[in-house]
Amino acid sequence: MNKGPSWFNLTSITLGMAFLYLPIVLLVIYSFNAGRNVAIWEGWSTKWYFALWQDQQMLDAAWVTIRVGLLSASVATILGTMAAITLVRHSRFFGRSLFSGMVSAPLVLPEVILGLSLLLLFVSIGFDRGFWTMTIAHITFTMCYVAVVVQSRLVSFDRTLEEAALDLGCPPLRTFFSITLPLILPAVISGWMLAFTLSLDDLVIASFTTGPGATTLPIKIYSQVRLGVSPQINAICTIIIAVVSVGAIVASLQLKRAETERRRAEQMAAAGR
Amino acid sequence: MTAIDVAAPASDADTGARTSALGRLLVIGIPYAWMAFFFLVPFLIVVKISFSETAIAIPPYTPVFDFAVDGIAGTIAKLGELSLATYEFLTTDSLYWRSYLSSVWIAGTSTVITLAIGYPLAYGMARCPREWRPMLLMMVILPFWTSFLIRVYAWIGILSREGLLNKLLISIGLVDPAQPLVILSTTTAVYIGIVYSYLPFMVLPLYASLEKLDETLLEAAADLGCTPWRAFWQVTFPLSLPGVIAGCFLVFIPAVGEFVIPDLLGGSETLMIGKTLWTEFFNNRDWPVASAVAVILLLILVIPIVLFQNQQAKAQETGR
Repeated sequence: MNKGPSWFNLTSITLGMAFLYLPIVLLVIYSFNAGRNVAIWEGWSTKWYFALWQDQQMLDAAWVTIRVGLLSASVATILGTMAAITLVRHSRFFGRSLFSGMVSAPLVLPEVILGLSLLLLFVSIGFDRGFWTMTIAHITFTMCYVAVVVQSRLVSFDRTLEEAALDLGCPPLRTFFSITLPLILPAVISGWMLAFTLSLDDLVIASFTTGPGATTLPIKIYSQVRLGVSPQINAICTIIIAVVSVGAIVASLQLKRAETERRRAEQMAAAGR
Repeated sequence: MTAIDVAAPASDADTGARTSALGRLLVIGIPYAWMAFFFLVPFLIVVKISFSETAIAIPPYTPVFDFAVDGIAGTIAKLGELSLATYEFLTTDSLYWRSYLSSVWIAGTSTVITLAIGYPLAYGMARCPREWRPMLLMMVILPFWTSFLIRVYAWIGILSREGLLNKLLISIGLVDPAQPLVILSTTTAVYIGIVYSYLPFMVLPLYASLEKLDETLLEAAADLGCTPWRAFWQVTFPLSLPGVIAGCFLVFIPAVGEFVIPDLLGGSETLMIGKTLWTEFFNNRDWPVASAVAVILLLILVIPIVLFQNQQAKAQETGR
């Protein structure tokens, strides 16, 4: 591709990016609107952010969302990494195709089906719905995303390093923590981030599996959106967008730097040999 | 797997072998058991309840299996109570099959529109100088990280009767202020919502296959007197086909079962099966019907899902 972009290419990029970003930018701008009406601009104001700070229900919902997100993403990262190792390293065990099917299915199944089936499970085993059922549901569907991310890293993994450690008498568990894990860490971290944002974002599965007292931000936003657009929702949405974008950008820059440093270290090691 | 195992050097080969066998069992067993209990079992429960009958009780269906109370004989007797009544009901009420058809139609049309918008974007990105590409890629991925609900919500303020789009069109004189465009709460808004939300899913696989494209092939075509337009259709497009297929599946499959978009942007005339299922469950509290709707939705999606996974497996093989 050495000819460079034509005017047609540049136009389609510009229009495509405008389509992707204009709605979000408008939402952010109108969260600073002084008036109550979302479509009429009445001057800059941050009053909706202050109103948000006084909305105890919204703050509670945010706290529940963050706790569910942190807990489910962490457990999902451990389980998802184990699942990825299982799928890449263990080619033969009983029910392998069932397992790989179960891990890939939640990626493509509609959320309504996942939510409904988990709810019916909790009802039939008599598990009270609330914080824990929601967390379990989030672990279940996000661990599959973690598995995919970690799997792609494990496939391109140099196994000779592990074999060397094992040959030198390093126990398997220690080999994992001192050789394997550091090498796949970028993928594990991005798996965690993906799991966390998916949990933060989820409305459908959370609505099915939640119970009294455990309202997350998406559930709260959804119930208010049904009543109409309000600048206060724009404000909470803006905060979520800001947190997620900063997190995603910082993480990807960090990962890229870690990757470059690792490459450099590998090259130096190879040169010194 | 104790702390001692970690700390002690594996002087004894036998200990090492035993740890690794146990480790293997745990690494495979834990996620396996988790998925079996929280994915497979719930699924079987959905299938079972879809064969049950609605009842005014808690839980609202019969028969309710309770192995501890019924024992083996009671459980077997209750199996006989399962019936196809729910499925018969689904065929008699036209709401359900119309929902399925319209979901597939809306998802299919949106997929074609997303492809038409996503292809030029991905193509443009792939032709940009190498140093721009990570930045452009990041810009396409970023909206995917931002909340789905928020992105759908953003369109309400734009498309509503007093929304920003109507404001803009009125101010430039394209629309009569007395008769603003009615887009929100129509199927058009659902199309816009799906195309907007799933555009990154289309662009990423397209970009991945277009970026790998060998430029010399196009040069060869041009040298042999092929017009750029024809070269595109005879060289570029066929070579990007794996990306096109992957992108279409990635948009189509989730769009069929979509709930948030038709619920927030669509109107009462927009039938989509995800919304029908939600209504059956939360508003009508009819669990057997909701379960049967889910089972049939799954049967409809099995074909594209299996096709997609075969295609992915094939792409991975040829890619290596």
